Amino acid sequence: MSLFSARNANPLSIRNTVAIGIGSALFAILGRFGSVPSGLPDTNIETTYALLALFAILYGPLVGLLVGFIGHTLKDSIFYVSPWFSWIIASAIVGLIIGLAANRIRARDGEFGRKEIITFNVVQTAANAIAWFVVAPTLDILIYAEPSGKSYTQGLVAGASNIVTVAVLGTLLLTAYAKTRTKQGSLTKEA
Amino acid sequence: MKMLAYAKLDSPIHRLTGAAKLLFFALWSMGAMITFDTRFLVGFIVFGLVLLKVSRVRLREYSFLLYLIGAFFLLNHVAIYLFSPLEGVKIYGTKHVLLQLPGRYDLTAEQLFYQLNIALKYLAVIPIAFLFILTTDPGEFAASLNRVKVSYKIAYAVSIALRYIPDIQRDFQNISFSAQARGVDISAKEKLGKRLRNVIGILMPLILSSIERIETISAAMELRGFGRGKRRTWYKDRPFGPGDYGALAFIAVVLAALVWLTIARGSRFYNVFESPLF
Amino acid sequence: MDNQSREPVIVFDGFSYQYRVQTSPSLADIHLKIYEGEKVLILGPSGSGKSTLAHCINGLAPYFYPGTATGSLTIRGTETKELDLFRLSDRVGTVLQDPDGQFVGLTVAEDIAFRMENDAVPLPEMKERVRAAAEEAGILEHLEASPHSLSGGQKQRITVAGVISSGVGILLFDEPLANLDPDAGRKAIEQIDRIHRETGKTILIIEHRLEEALHRQVDRIIVIQEGRIVADLKPDELLTSPLLVEAGIREPLYLTALRYAGGEVEARHRPSRLDTMELGPFAERLKAWTEGRQSNDRLEIGATHERSHEPPLLELAGIGFGYEPGKPILRDVSLSIRKGERVGIVGKNGAGKSTLSKLICGFHKPTSGSIRYEGRDIGGDTIKERAQRVGFVLQNPNHMISKTLVHEEIALGLKARGIGEEETARRAQEALRVCGLAPYRNWPISALSFGQRKRVTIASVLVLQPEVLILDEPTAGQDYRHYNEMMEFIMRLREEGLTVLFITHDLHLLLEYTDRAIVLSDGGVLADAFPDDVLTDPELVREASLKETSLMGLARRAGLSDPRGFVRTFIAEDRAKRGRSR
Repeated sequence: MSLFSARNANPLSIRNTVAIGIGSALFAILGRFGSVPSGLPDTNIETTYALLALFAILYGPLVGLLVGFIGHTLKDSIFYVSPWFSWIIASAIVGLIIGLAANRIRARDGEFGRKEIITFNVVQTAANAIAWFVVAPTLDILIYAEPSGKSYTQGLVAGASNIVTVAVLGTLLLTAYAKTRTKQGSLTKEA
Repeated sequence: MKMLAYAKLDSPIHRLTGAAKLLFFALWSMGAMITFDTRFLVGFIVFGLVLLKVSRVRLREYSFLLYLIGAFFLLNHVAIYLFSPLEGVKIYGTKHVLLQLPGRYDLTAEQLFYQLNIALKYLAVIPIAFLFILTTDPGEFAASLNRVKVSYKIAYAVSIALRYIPDIQRDFQNISFSAQARGVDISAKEKLGKRLRNVIGILMPLILSSIERIETISAAMELRGFGRGKRRTWYKDRPFGPGDYGALAFIAVVLAALVWLTIARGSRFYNVFESPLF
Repeated sequence: MDNQSREPVIVFDGFSYQYRVQTSPSLADIHLKIYEGEKVLILGPSGSGKSTLAHCINGLAPYFYPGTATGSLTIRGTETKELDLFRLSDRVGTVLQDPDGQFVGLTVAEDIAFRMENDAVPLPEMKERVRAAAEEAGILEHLEASPHSLSGGQKQRITVAGVISSGVGILLFDEPLANLDPDAGRKAIEQIDRIHRETGKTILIIEHRLEEALHRQVDRIIVIQEGRIVADLKPDELLTSPLLVEAGIREPLYLTALRYAGGEVEARHRPSRLDTMELGPFAERLKAWTEGRQSNDRLEIGATHERSHEPPLLELAGIGFGYEPGKPILRDVSLSIRKGERVGIVGKNGAGKSTLSKLICGFHKPTSGSIRYEGRDIGGDTIKERAQRVGFVLQNPNHMISKTLVHEEIALGLKARGIGEEETARRAQEALRVCGLAPYRNWPISALSFGQRKRVTIASVLVLQPEVLILDEPTAGQDYRHYNEMMEFIMRLREEGLTVLFITHDLHLLLEYTDRAIVLSDGGVLADAFPDDVLTDPELVREASLKETSLMGLARRAGLSDPRGFVRTFIAEDRAKRGRSR
């Protein structure tokens, strides 16, 4: 049975509340254990941002925002002691902006074709660009007075790597997810 | 890999309410973020270490974290120096070269002092962060978020995250083990394209089972009346005591002093190079 | 009891329900009255609509699982359509089957308090009520415990305590036995019964496990099949009617034994409770049956031990392991498995059963001891290399499935190993055939049932051509029909030469399908014996969180001099009847 057929108008429905909690737990765990070497020195594929993108598309902007915020804070706190606020806010912004496309991409109804893939990637690129090219380095400079050259270069690397990660992993995840949601027409047994 | 977790102990810090500690931690972090005043930062660190001692929390089992933090620290400082070796000179307006190096990489007292302050700034938060995480009952933490006016649903979402992290971590481990047994490799040994496809092979079951979990939990919560009222009470909630007011008053005064000083000076930086020493 | 004089609290009148996403109704034309203070068992195989019935009563349908209801359903005189989920939850308290999903609190106390927190009960009153509820449930000393330190049974007991403390008059248990080991299941049924006797609340139990549910008396049993009520009978009547078999429900084991012995049980013998059943007419027959068959049976059961001259395939010597230093889970485990054996590994939760299989597969390294395969130490082999010999199938198939289509999933391990197209296709086809999945090879996995998915995961491991298969709770959460299908399927695998290790709590599985049972306890091997020897030894039964089989109870009550002999006779007969004593 489909459990999603009622689209929740209420952004803080109980289902969305739980999605924030479970999404944050997943974000923290993948943020800590889900880094995959990219082959480039000192750059990892952060799978957790593909997860964030998926949750934002499935549950909307508020859930995206809070999964990014709470998940990243928890990851920093319970695994590395000290929360790094500029990047936490950047994660929240990524979740929020991708979530804004939730109404146009109905992966839940099994729709994730060419049109949705393009929309998704335009939005996720914008989200990551704003978060990592602008917000994170600017906050780094404001809060920690870090040299601007360093901050923006760091942001550029992180942003580019996240854009690629979400473009590849996020798209693959959503495609695979949409396939599991496709309405089965007439399935016939084969001999 | 061990994660930081609350352990029940009795100390003046443990007795403070979660809400007071949350506010204290937030204001403290804000102070450490605003200022580059070495005297304040050293004060923050010393006071933080004293509190850590008072709380009697056991840090030995988290010693591995110090290596992790240390490595990150080192990397960050090397990066700062590589990108901007004269940032200190720009900030403090003087240039005392300690060591002639090629190009713009002269080692200056200003740069060292600037990077020392960045290091202190980071260190200033660590003892208090440890303290906050290790002495705050997670159940009470959710209640205190609600106490500081965060919507109770969001506060409960945090509680759910803390409740299910161990469960999801166990799922994640099982999933990646069984994937590895079938030859699914996500280490650098595998070619990038295939490695990415293999990552999907591990993420999919994790995410699908988590979405299923969301369904079960929300059904269970709904059946038990979650979300029916405009407010809810919290079993772990505790009323503020004199200690809580004291702690908050203290941090408020420190923060006010810091802000006043910053405004009066017109800069976040304490300039040691203006003193007669130089 | 006389229902005429009592008030009906739940009334279905020509009620039907269809989920929005389904093409046919899950419940059709239901007429049913449940009276105040009754204890009713609602029985049916999976997919029969019994869960939908529960969802309609507690309001999850339509408020959580949308759909359309027709006809009338009233609870205490009010149409459910006129109530929302919250107001329904004031009347009906529900305990779901997933002990982890519904235990949302960070500690025991918070979970009991959850309902009161949501009702904004003031703190002093809440603390008092939590204390009272915890005392009632016998968990007062665990108030500050986290869910991770509790067993499934404890978690469920705590959830029940929370539901009761909210003061509802109707309690609904949706498959309370599904995720519990037999011992915890027995305690759950006893707890429900105690609540019923002490509070007089109306109780509905949704289940498919009849014998376990009947561990304590129920007033009525309602059988649901294909969305309709097919029986509404007293337990004694139902147990002697052919409806049970037709509905795909397993009868209690002691009744099967009586049937094998040639006894004809009728309702007047009160068969629903073994301890009060009238056995007079059957005692002699049982005695004769046992004595008559015993000489041959010993031979038949012993047959599998003929293999003992074969060299061991898998040997564990002095294995020790712990996830954290100073907290060993396994201290000293030594065992040896021969080719073609079917071995059950049993023990309490946390006794290290799953950990042991993870060590065999190389997921963790033992801190002491050695693992040998065909005499060779495999301590240095990688996970991937070991998987070629030992296949491990997780309990939850959803944790293993990552592809969309059946054949893709099955080919995954071969593709990852870089095996050629042709060979992959050949092996995949073979695995599909063995697992009976060939007709579904192009289906999306999301369209398969839980049992079919489990088979997909077994097939996906079999393509790697392991010689040993470790199955973690292969029958968990499956009804009798699916249990039979699954086990018959696994037995066919054995004909392909496979050695099978079961990690299980299922005593039917042990009794009917294994040659040997290894009981783990306190980090070591407590017993390594015939399954019937384990199941007839009260101490081992307790140590393994199993439940004494009702065959033992039957033997005792019928005054048989050799209860073990009787159990053996039963196993032999049962295997012969199922054509599986090869």
